[in-house]
Amino acid sequence: MSDDLYRDIILDHYRNPRNRGTLDPADYSYEDVNPLCGDEIRIDVRVKDDKIDESAFSGRGCAISQASASILMEMTDGKSLDDVKAITKEDLLEELMVPISPARLKCALLSLKVLKAGIYGVGHEDED
Amino acid sequence: MTATTQPSTIDGLAIRKDFPIFQQAPTEGRLPLVFLDSAASSQRPAVVIDAVSDFYARTNANIHRGVYQLSEQATLRYEEARHIAAQFINAANPRECIFVRNTTEAINLVASSWGRTNLNPGDRILLSVMEHHSNIVPWQMIAEERGATIDYIPLTGDQRLDLEAFDALLKNEPKLVAVTHVSNATGTINPIAEIVRKAHAAGALVLVDAAQSVPHMPVDVQALDVDFMAFSGHKMLGPMGSGILYGKREILEAMPPYMGGGSMIRKVTLEKTTFADLPARFEAGTPAVADQIGLGAAMQYLSGMGMENVRQHEIELLDYALEQLPGVPGLTAFGPEDVNERAGVISFTLGDIHAHDVSSILDSENIAVRAGHHCAQPLMHDLGVTATTRASFYVYNTKDDVDRLIAGLHKANKIFGLS
Repeated sequence: MSDDLYRDIILDHYRNPRNRGTLDPADYSYEDVNPLCGDEIRIDVRVKDDKIDESAFSGRGCAISQASASILMEMTDGKSLDDVKAITKEDLLEELMVPISPARLKCALLSLKVLKAGIYGVGHEDED
Repeated sequence: MTATTQPSTIDGLAIRKDFPIFQQAPTEGRLPLVFLDSAASSQRPAVVIDAVSDFYARTNANIHRGVYQLSEQATLRYEEARHIAAQFINAANPRECIFVRNTTEAINLVASSWGRTNLNPGDRILLSVMEHHSNIVPWQMIAEERGATIDYIPLTGDQRLDLEAFDALLKNEPKLVAVTHVSNATGTINPIAEIVRKAHAAGALVLVDAAQSVPHMPVDVQALDVDFMAFSGHKMLGPMGSGILYGKREILEAMPPYMGGGSMIRKVTLEKTTFADLPARFEAGTPAVADQIGLGAAMQYLSGMGMENVRQHEIELLDYALEQLPGVPGLTAFGPEDVNERAGVISFTLGDIHAHDVSSILDSENIAVRAGHHCAQPLMHDLGVTATTRASFYVYNTKDDVDRLIAGLHKANKIFGLS
């Protein structure tokens, strides 16, 4: 139910996003859209000693996609690239702490898809 | 189309009794369903569902093949549906009604068949910025193949076609003008008779995307003098997979087949095939017989209510909604303000809340609306938005549905802290 969907954690990250912005230069940059609803996410990453030193996201879209990106920034801060590669969609959904219906999964997972595509390089398997 | 001054005789609540989907109890904890997404696909009354089921239960056989009784009955019912369709849009001859799966297939059929034989390098096609992707993409594909160029009629500030710009673009001498009768995203009703008159005077044929008009108002192909018209059954109480391409007989007869195969031939040898007459020429393979019969039943059901009445019912709902919606803080509605120039569609944004969030919150109140770009990304770009929320009305909607929608929008504002 959507009353649960819009719990404080989603609204908090939506209104006060962590690491919102862009990094220039960045070691990894990637952006993608959710063609269904036009959500857009771009993620820039700076790496030091194989760890995420700085990251930032930008873009626009629904509360779910933008909050999910903000939460992903918190999750990956300071993590090694191998650890980031190991993050599954279930891991991210668990952090969101709200029930995501099938229709909104693409919104919730867009940020992870973008981050991984950036780190792996374009052509990485789809996270859908 | 002009509105009649008589109030509609349609009682949305009474009509719901004809629709099984409104009879089922909502999932536990959910309010009764408010369905405001008929512009995407309507619900279906029992008479339509029964017509489909009855075909399979009592007269199921392939058509135009067997010489046994069952096949003859199946053929008869399929062709009866074609007669009903011809009557419904006042086609001069049922052969001018080609059964297709949907509006998209109808437009692709014309783009492929007519386009491949009539478009040459340097030729022009005229579309509009408000088209659904199904009336843009097929033309882009054939234009690229044939080296033709596409022009687009721009819009006015209230999302109507800019007719002065249309006049100017006709000077490019397009071979075809393909426009929508009613915008699926804003509900704008275009002046098709005037567009056809001007296009014909400039030597162009006209294809009308009637997916959002034929279900909701009287449409007469001869009065409008359109050359092609496309619409889907599933938006007018009929089955998914049913639909009609109307084309003037002499134009269709000059067009080559769209798909080759069974049913569409006169004689096949290993060297050469000659093709069947209308409508079989464009209906290769076994068609969706039961679904087209279901579409016939839907048209009879709508005719029973009277399309003038259907239109009047939607005008009354639209009037009521357009009066109530400005009371919702942050709401911006698109489209013409005059209800005589718009169908029962309201597209809007709510502050900076994304359409998908609005839609999810409405869903928590069991209100079904559409959120997104409505397969009209060029129009969204023109509006300066990435997505809108869209409520659309049909015969089974009531003013109570509008009240529930308004309450849902207040709730969305509250959750996002806007009021």
